Amino acid sequence: MLYREAGEFKTSYAQDSQTFPIWWDRLWYQVALVVGFAILPFVINDYWANAVVVPFLIYAIAAIGLNILTGFCGQVSLGTGGFMAVGAYAVYKLMTAFPEVSVVIHVILAGGITAAVGVLFGLPSLRIKGFYLAVATLAAQFFLVWLFNKVPWFYNYSASGQITAPERTVLGIAVTGANTPAWAKYLICAVFLFVLAWIARNLTRGTIGRKWMAIRDMDIAAEIIGVNPLTTKLSAFAVSSFFIGIAGALFFAVYLGAAEVGEAFGIQKSFLILFMIIIGGLGSIFGSFAGAAFLVLLPVFLKNVLVGALGWPSDLAAHIELMIVGGLIIAFLIVEPHGLAQLWRVLKEKLRLWPFPH
Amino acid sequence: MRKSFTLLAAAAIAAGTAGAAQADLVVPNLSYRTGPFAAGGIPYADGFQDYFTLLNERDGGIGGEKVQTPECETAYNTEKGVECYEATKGMGALVYNPLSTGITYQLIPKMQADGITLYTPGYGRTSAANGKVFEWVFNYPANYWDGASVAVKYLLDQNGGSLDGKKIALLYHNSAYGKEPIRTLEELSKKHGFTLSTLPIDSPGQEQKSQWLQVRREKPDFVIFYGWGVMNSVAIQEAANIRFPMENFIGIWWSGSENDVQAAGAGAHGYKSLTMHGVGADYPVYADLKQYVHDAGKAAGDGSNAGTVLYSRGMYAAMVIAEAIRKAQELAGTSAVNAAQVRDGFEALEITEARMAELGLPDFGQPFAASCEDHGGPGMARLQQWDATAQKWTLISDWISPDDEVLAPLVAEDSAAYAAEAGLTQRCN
Repeated sequence: MLYREAGEFKTSYAQDSQTFPIWWDRLWYQVALVVGFAILPFVINDYWANAVVVPFLIYAIAAIGLNILTGFCGQVSLGTGGFMAVGAYAVYKLMTAFPEVSVVIHVILAGGITAAVGVLFGLPSLRIKGFYLAVATLAAQFFLVWLFNKVPWFYNYSASGQITAPERTVLGIAVTGANTPAWAKYLICAVFLFVLAWIARNLTRGTIGRKWMAIRDMDIAAEIIGVNPLTTKLSAFAVSSFFIGIAGALFFAVYLGAAEVGEAFGIQKSFLILFMIIIGGLGSIFGSFAGAAFLVLLPVFLKNVLVGALGWPSDLAAHIELMIVGGLIIAFLIVEPHGLAQLWRVLKEKLRLWPFPH
Repeated sequence: MRKSFTLLAAAAIAAGTAGAAQADLVVPNLSYRTGPFAAGGIPYADGFQDYFTLLNERDGGIGGEKVQTPECETAYNTEKGVECYEATKGMGALVYNPLSTGITYQLIPKMQADGITLYTPGYGRTSAANGKVFEWVFNYPANYWDGASVAVKYLLDQNGGSLDGKKIALLYHNSAYGKEPIRTLEELSKKHGFTLSTLPIDSPGQEQKSQWLQVRREKPDFVIFYGWGVMNSVAIQEAANIRFPMENFIGIWWSGSENDVQAAGAGAHGYKSLTMHGVGADYPVYADLKQYVHDAGKAAGDGSNAGTVLYSRGMYAAMVIAEAIRKAQELAGTSAVNAAQVRDGFEALEITEARMAELGLPDFGQPFAASCEDHGGPGMARLQQWDATAQKWTLISDWISPDDEVLAPLVAEDSAAYAAEAGLTQRCN
């Protein structure tokens, strides 16, 4: 009954090829936009922005980035944390070197620099695949973290190796630094996420996305039908790293405000984002959102329930939280190995037939 | 899925904050009882919590106001630290003591903007000792650079006043914490003519074979150690394995608790570390803690840490915070002080030996007095040595003052850099 295409007539190619061909999907999308851009900025407070929503938005950008590489193009990467670090340090160097330029431009440039680094570390993918490539990207992760620790130029020779984001404004309103209002923090991340998700969605359903998927599904067959593996794989690395670089830049400049490479962008970050896309669903933009939401919101939610509402000791709650999150990940993957996105797809199928299944 | 989570989380937070809103004096306890640093975090958090429980039970709080210490688990992780800060600051938090240098760096600008005091005894950003720049941050009685300088001074003392031609290795946690002393030690190596080599250990530091191999190869005369959590016991075990002479191995005060040395058994005998307070449970305050807190079943955690080094340190931090709040009450003329008044209390705080004795801690910590310029205290430290047969720490030196001639310009330089970066004007003029 819900989600039915019956009665929806497409009378032009444009209508037929739109992003959300089903009316219900379009409705959700529009509701999400209205809530996200017209309501949330007015009601969000410091806690919600800093602890829940901003990390979710930034992780969603990173997850989309990794999903392009791993989910759409089939190249496994464990270098996400390192690439986020490139974005963070790039934006830091740019912010401190050119204070008069808008931070939005810096963030985009940081994405560009990360894209270049990503392409460089993507070169081995032309010869190696699968686990071997994962190991090569793991090397990128360790090398980049080591580099940012070792070379003082990257952290402007500060005594502790910490980088701290100075205050920068967009249209006269602080978006980085300590005086940023919660709504500005939220809005800058939301705008970046919206634009990037829109780009990702349209890239993945166009020529270039089809090439990525052809390489993912069978690279030899793809090559035979005329897909150039060099440009395809490297473009996937470039676009993916661009997204991840922007996520890293926002993560440092807007969310944390100060960062230290080993702690903020270590190997555990690479795994976290990989888990997001596996749980959310490989090769799905919606899955990136769902996975990021699952891994960011669930621990905060559990903590608030166990410590805040039930009054458990914080250490017991922290341990139980790990067990619950771990258990849920396993449970979800057993129920639906293709992730939350597939779960949603199945649910949509069911909703179409409801209440009269065959 | 996302929507329902959000709704449930909203309900949970609403329930959570409603419970703690009517607090009198709120001192959030950002602790870590999980993860690789829990070995240090648990006793510290217990001591911190228990001291405030003692004040509530014995004296009815501070100046008649009960103290609440809502606990939030950070796991020594900066992201969780931010979450904890945001979750607790709305409760009317007066002062934070996150026991993590990474979280401290994160919080310094935020708390300056929010107007809440950050108290980081013995850790955090060293140059916060300069009150002209860091209005809301206090790190007395001692900081990392003081520690490095005291260690070198002690070694000078042991070597007849000269370290010329000696080799000192700094073995450190590869983070803001461990990197802090490098600049100081570089300056000191120029001044005293020793060669310095730095050996970073990546967090959490369970694997240190390569660093200790390097120690074996370079054969430094002394190793200065800035470690924390699980890496402490691993390092001491590794040092014992390569038969490095333990009396030449000096840890900072964060690398000198019972948990760090016990794992290595007899091999740890003779290991030295700095400390900024007395050791053991032979202080009168412990009798009160036993009577009002432990025996009354109100102890934090499992109650087994009383008297350990880090428990005492957590208690010491709580004691200074309580004294600062008392001072603030005195200055403001009201017992229900707010965050800004507490900051003034911190800045006007003076801890004398007589006051320490009154509080049941005679000959425990150094006396100090803060001022508008000085948020760092005298920075003295003592040395303690582990006795593996008696299973206890013994103090082996008197208070040693750091080399302010070297440290003061470094503090001025680093804080000026921060002021320029953050666009702050200097106060106290």
